[in-house]
Amino acid sequence: MSEVNADQYFVPHKARWPIVGSIGLTATVLGAAHVLNSETTVTPWLMYAGLIIILVMMFGWFGEVIKESEEGLYNTGVDTSFRMGMIWFIFSEVMFFACFFGALFYARTLSVPWLGGEGTGLSTNEVLWNGYEGVWPTNGPAALGGHFEVLDPFHLPLINTMLLLTSSVTVTIAHHAMRANHRSQTVIWLVATVLLGAAFMYLQVTEYIEAYHLNLTLESGIYGSTFFMLTGFHGMHVTLGAIMLAVITVRVAKGHFKPDRHFGFEAVAWYWHFVDVVWLGLFIFVYIL
Amino acid sequence: MGHDSHDHKPKGFVNRWLMTTNHKDIGTLYLVFAFAMFITGGAMAMIIRLELFQPGLQFVEPDFFNQMTTMHALIMVFGAVMPAFVGLANWMIPMMIGAPDMALPRMNNWSFWILPFAFALLGSTLFMDGGAPAGGWTMYPPLVLQGGKNVAYLVFAVHLMGISSIMGAINVIATIMNMRAPNVGYLNMPLFVWTWLITAFLLIAVMPVLAGAVTMLLTDRYFGTSFFNAAGGGDPVLFQHIFWFFGHPEVYIMILPSFGVVSEIIPTFARKPLFGYVSMVYATAGIAFLSFIVWAHHMFSVGMPLGGELYFMYATMMIAVPTGVKIFNWVATMWKGAMTFETPMLFSLAFVVLFTIGGFSGVMMALAPVDLQYHDTYFIVAHFHYVLVPGAIFAIIAAAYYWLPKWSGHMYSERLGKIHFWWSTISVNVLFFPQHFLGLAGMPRRIPDYSTQFAEFNMMSSIGGFAFGLAQVFFIYIVVKTVRGGKKAEANAWGDAKGLEWTVPSPAPHHTFDEFGPVDLKKMAHGEVH
Repeated sequence: MSEVNADQYFVPHKARWPIVGSIGLTATVLGAAHVLNSETTVTPWLMYAGLIIILVMMFGWFGEVIKESEEGLYNTGVDTSFRMGMIWFIFSEVMFFACFFGALFYARTLSVPWLGGEGTGLSTNEVLWNGYEGVWPTNGPAALGGHFEVLDPFHLPLINTMLLLTSSVTVTIAHHAMRANHRSQTVIWLVATVLLGAAFMYLQVTEYIEAYHLNLTLESGIYGSTFFMLTGFHGMHVTLGAIMLAVITVRVAKGHFKPDRHFGFEAVAWYWHFVDVVWLGLFIFVYIL
Repeated sequence: MGHDSHDHKPKGFVNRWLMTTNHKDIGTLYLVFAFAMFITGGAMAMIIRLELFQPGLQFVEPDFFNQMTTMHALIMVFGAVMPAFVGLANWMIPMMIGAPDMALPRMNNWSFWILPFAFALLGSTLFMDGGAPAGGWTMYPPLVLQGGKNVAYLVFAVHLMGISSIMGAINVIATIMNMRAPNVGYLNMPLFVWTWLITAFLLIAVMPVLAGAVTMLLTDRYFGTSFFNAAGGGDPVLFQHIFWFFGHPEVYIMILPSFGVVSEIIPTFARKPLFGYVSMVYATAGIAFLSFIVWAHHMFSVGMPLGGELYFMYATMMIAVPTGVKIFNWVATMWKGAMTFETPMLFSLAFVVLFTIGGFSGVMMALAPVDLQYHDTYFIVAHFHYVLVPGAIFAIIAAAYYWLPKWSGHMYSERLGKIHFWWSTISVNVLFFPQHFLGLAGMPRRIPDYSTQFAEFNMMSSIGGFAFGLAQVFFIYIVVKTVRGGKKAEANAWGDAKGLEWTVPSPAPHHTFDEFGPVDLKKMAHGEVH
């Protein structure tokens, strides 16, 4: 496999990392299941070991791919496969978020009004939850978690919206710089993007602390559940995206990518735009409305 | 050109199987794994049928019985049927479209090698105190959340299966869209490839939704969220909506590739091109589209508003139209064909007839008012087993007989194959047909004991079940015998079968279509249609 044939699709041999990944995943979830069930014999160590194994796998696997890419083993066909892989992966992520948005819409338009006596819920309301109004935001007829207040959407969330929207602009400027082969400018704008992402996460953590001071917690009924699960998963994705952007920044600084061939860059940029769009959905449906 | 790795199979288990990137080896791994799971899930079914052989509690505790029904379903759906079709996709799709391998070979390896771990995790719950999940494979809260320790393991196992399925599906889509030989257009593709393209789309669209649903179960159970808790403003019915938004497309994930298999086999043995190729493609896409907008027909008895009941009833009945297109196309393909009845053809014919029975009972249950009578009775059990056993499983068996010569290089024994066919077909009907009557008479599903009025049909069903189980053990014997030896198979094992897979030698070399280039469209199953 020494010579590179542009017509031939690169089929790698000996995939060493997948089995490592499987072991890592299994150790992580096995450890997590033990922790959740409060079986302290194996303690969280199994989970941490699993996470470390996953990290090692990612370094190893991506490292191998980057090496092959820099050696020029990937022709246009391979590049297209990677693009399709990323596009469909992002689509799967869209559906994952759609699931939680669906739960939010269902609660707001159907289950909460029914509990408040609308539609067919009249007798349920009178017999089981008499006096419950069913007005959003709510922690349910049993007021789980106690009285809470919601966050002002036009304070931190608005700033966060600005931050993320700006970061989408900066990553696009970086992309244009990449295409024009202005490497140092690419790095500068990528660093700006990562910093904006980090600032977003900082404010998001600040906001969570504020929420807990307002007694808005994960246990605050359906409002707390949807609020924290949606923003929480989004925050995890922003963190992941920022880490990926940081890796790309290092790679650009090391001289990887060409003005016309930089799929790794583009994939991460797509991902970043995706988390941005999800945030807009959150800002509108979770915070404002 | 002839570089050194051509048809050089790596030696040793680790190199050959654990680190493989070869679509054929990964296909074999999937198929072997699926078969092992089929036998495991089948053994659980035998326990179920043994307990139901007579009224009264004879062999197992009710809670263990519920664990068996739950685990049987999870293992059969996620461990047997889905991986078997992914195995077929791995083996056949690259060969059918002239591709050197799957688009993302390393990820292909990972898709498979997550599965044994996922099922070890799920299976381990059987040995915990509190036992395995017993709330049914649909995992409805609040029941499933009362399952003790196993909840976390169940959720994580489903997550792992989801990761595996999504990666597998992404690979299939990328392969079909990007790896077709340069002159193979979308409408030259074999129907098996078409059905898998659409199946892969369904998988990517709904597996994340299932992941979200079980994540909500996890947080409701362990982190105090209220998604499915009315006291906190949630709703257990919300889970059912999310689950069936996944669940209904999931049903088609298990049946569309079967349609593809049958659409390859029937033209071969009727010696005629597939009738209505393009309509088959559109019908498949139509079924897939409808699968997203009919989910609540699984929930007619849950207390939906009347408008919802009506909408889901009519939308569901529309599925019969594209499905009917398919059935009639298969029949028209056979019309005036020079038919022969080798084992794959027999299984395909049984598929057409018996799947249609399952389809009809599906239309019966689509009627919201009568579904209130059928709901959660043995009628639904009979329905989905008709579409999954003589449906999906028969298609997988037909595919195995059809392509076994290509995989192993040997012809199976036609005599043994025919014995297997008749044994399976008769016993599967003895097994499931009486369950229709049990359901109509009111026997509820998921119970270990029943009223004595149901005794005869249950005994009949159990006898059919044991016979069917034994027939599949016989199938292992046939497959092992064929792999080990037998009459050499020609490159075109069926004489004049169309399809690129029949242009390469049998057994198929380790690497096929290495030189990526145009293929002879005349040799493709539907290459000449346009």
